Amino acid sequence: MKLPGLKTFRHGVHPPEQKSDTCNAPIRQFPFAPLLALPLGQHLGRPSVPCAAEGTPVQRGQVIAEADGDFSVPLHAPATGRIRRIAPMPGIAGRMVPAIYLEPQPGSTQEVADATPCPLETATPDEILAAIQAAGIVGLGGAAFPTHVKLRVPEGRVADALIVNGAECEPYLTTDHRVMLEQREDVLLGIRYVLKATGARRAIVAVEANKPDAAAHLRAALDPGGPVSVEVLGVKYPQGAEKMLIQALLDRAVPPGELPIAVGALCINVATCAEIGRLLPRGRGIQERIVTVTGPAVVRKGNYRVPIGTPLRFLLDHVGTQGELSRVFLGGPMMGAAASSLDISLSKGTSGVVAFGTEDARASQPRSYPCIRCGYCVDACPMFLNPAQLGLLARNEAFDRMADDHHLMDCFECGCCSFVCPSHLPLVQSFRVAKAAVRKANKP
Amino acid sequence: MSAAGRTLEIGSSPHFLSGYDVGVIMRNVILALIPTVLFAVVAFGLAALATLVVAVASCVATEWVAGRVRGEPGSLGDGSVVITGLLYGLTLPPGSPLWVVALGGIVGVGLGKSLFGGLGRNPFNPALVGRAFLQAAVPVAMTTYGPAFAPGRFTSLPSATLALPFARPEFDTWSGATPLSRWKFGGELTGAEELAFGFVGGSTGETCALLIALGGLYLIARNMMSWRIPLAMLGTVGLASAALHALAPDTYPPAAFMLLSGGLMLGATFMATDMVASPLTHAGCWIYGALMGAIVVTIRIWGAMPEGVMYAILLGNAASPLIERMVQPRVFGARPARAAP
Repeated sequence: MKLPGLKTFRHGVHPPEQKSDTCNAPIRQFPFAPLLALPLGQHLGRPSVPCAAEGTPVQRGQVIAEADGDFSVPLHAPATGRIRRIAPMPGIAGRMVPAIYLEPQPGSTQEVADATPCPLETATPDEILAAIQAAGIVGLGGAAFPTHVKLRVPEGRVADALIVNGAECEPYLTTDHRVMLEQREDVLLGIRYVLKATGARRAIVAVEANKPDAAAHLRAALDPGGPVSVEVLGVKYPQGAEKMLIQALLDRAVPPGELPIAVGALCINVATCAEIGRLLPRGRGIQERIVTVTGPAVVRKGNYRVPIGTPLRFLLDHVGTQGELSRVFLGGPMMGAAASSLDISLSKGTSGVVAFGTEDARASQPRSYPCIRCGYCVDACPMFLNPAQLGLLARNEAFDRMADDHHLMDCFECGCCSFVCPSHLPLVQSFRVAKAAVRKANKP
Repeated sequence: MSAAGRTLEIGSSPHFLSGYDVGVIMRNVILALIPTVLFAVVAFGLAALATLVVAVASCVATEWVAGRVRGEPGSLGDGSVVITGLLYGLTLPPGSPLWVVALGGIVGVGLGKSLFGGLGRNPFNPALVGRAFLQAAVPVAMTTYGPAFAPGRFTSLPSATLALPFARPEFDTWSGATPLSRWKFGGELTGAEELAFGFVGGSTGETCALLIALGGLYLIARNMMSWRIPLAMLGTVGLASAALHALAPDTYPPAAFMLLSGGLMLGATFMATDMVASPLTHAGCWIYGALMGAIVVTIRIWGAMPEGVMYAILLGNAASPLIERMVQPRVFGARPARAAP
């Protein structure tokens, strides 16, 4: 869908949206699995530190692992029950990661243990940021960056505009769409908290044009002269990337290597905002998140409010799958990660589970050819890099030249280049390897 | 059914692909060439057919052998060598001695493509490498053109076509002249309508400008060809020759003649746009196209030869890596950002 006159960014791609199966499905509560597995490192930064011993009973909402310093968040019990073990579990990439296993107690009322509320009217900006950390809130769009760190305006900088990201440009995902429709009051209250915490004067909720109902629903609750507005953007991937949002909405380009605050902007995901508005007034921590469960192999596709730590196997068994599963992605198909096993569990950053059967997956692995220099990738890259040239250098492991001459580190791995490549070259994958090598080499 | 007990496949994101495919692009280029090929056979009869069949066969055979030697036996599957063969055949005079056609195909694909490692690694357009080799090796065969729509073209081949290798064939029974050589050596202009519709002599596939443009527009509409390169090349030729013609109408031919005659349309549309041998970036495409257009005008107007498209494209190919080095895309945000209020 391409409407003229809508704001957007330059370049990018139009993957099939695949949202129609779930965009009208109301959010439904997901039951507790018999055993929840909670990784301690669900967020970027330092993993949480367990503070409840094996065998102890815990109440839903109680902190079971504390933040390890500022660049970290605590972890709350998603259910009333008992800590079974504190032991490694399979992580998404197949490596074992430290985790807490929690067994929900059948028959419990599952009443939530709230901590101290953080009232909007009286709290100071620092208190709001502290409350966001205490609630264990991280970016729910997928990156899982600790929100209180992201919202802290550095000394000497001013946040002019807050951008609330409801673009949801990834195919298949509809969680932000449903949150905007069903949790409007939480979103708007969350925005007020964040405006106060950051000192920003205005907030713009960015919605792609394929969600007109969400934009209209939000607009209906806004004062015309108020600090919050809704802007409808063109449908294009990766519209929801921070730099693309800022370009489209504010016509400002974040310079290479800089954060949005360099141009006076802050970005926050709309679902993260809704959690702030929902949790802070009650002094509550994150125990569940909204997940789109979909894909050709899923029987009961929909949007579910799933307890953190729910094993993937339980989740897929519950919604039902048809045929043999071949590939399961956590997050969307453009930037999400492929699950290595069904023994991993859902974490705070998991916005979607997309499952494919054997037949769908085979069709997605076509023959690869040498680069024919067609330039499709150059026209697709939203960062204006030269992926073809970078790919060539990556083959020769010329990582330094990639970084020094071709802006490798500005690649945010959106996947547009690999998506359009008619030779089916693993461009993004080779850039990930190269970026890791450059980071390692630059470490003292 | 339970999801349990199954090994999952993993891979790096993105897990979605657009469906673009090198094989699909190549097949579309072949499709876009079909009108030109059909017109060549209609205009030049068996002579064109024989030239094209031998051109494609020699290129495909060379690629087949080279692919085995390189250890890539599947290299015919992408279809690119069929395009090379067709384009190569279309640049030759119809009814060229068939051993010459085969030799040029072997040289073009062998030296122009396989030697550099096959698809995606040829610095020059392989079809033109073969053509340029023949221009130097067998200049008489490469400058002897038959007339279009000759009677009897569907029943007999020119005598030189079936000549034995290295024999001195008799060309004179069939000689005609191209519009460019008639202008260069006789000062005689051909009308634009004749050129556009292809009622003229010339290389097998260069004569009908309209059908060539049709194929090009199809590929541009399908996003399988750069529109910037032909526009820059044709635009440069058009503007330069219009300016020259305005200065001295008696000395220099009008722009329409320059644009529609010779191999310019075929070259600008299907050969200058060879993805492998042209720049990736938009700015690079403009510079590359303009450079080739300037060389065409220079050779045609002031050079010793009537036609210069082949050399213009080969020189453009040679300059392409340098052009690209000069005009890398400017990374997002590198331009001065507007300051926050």
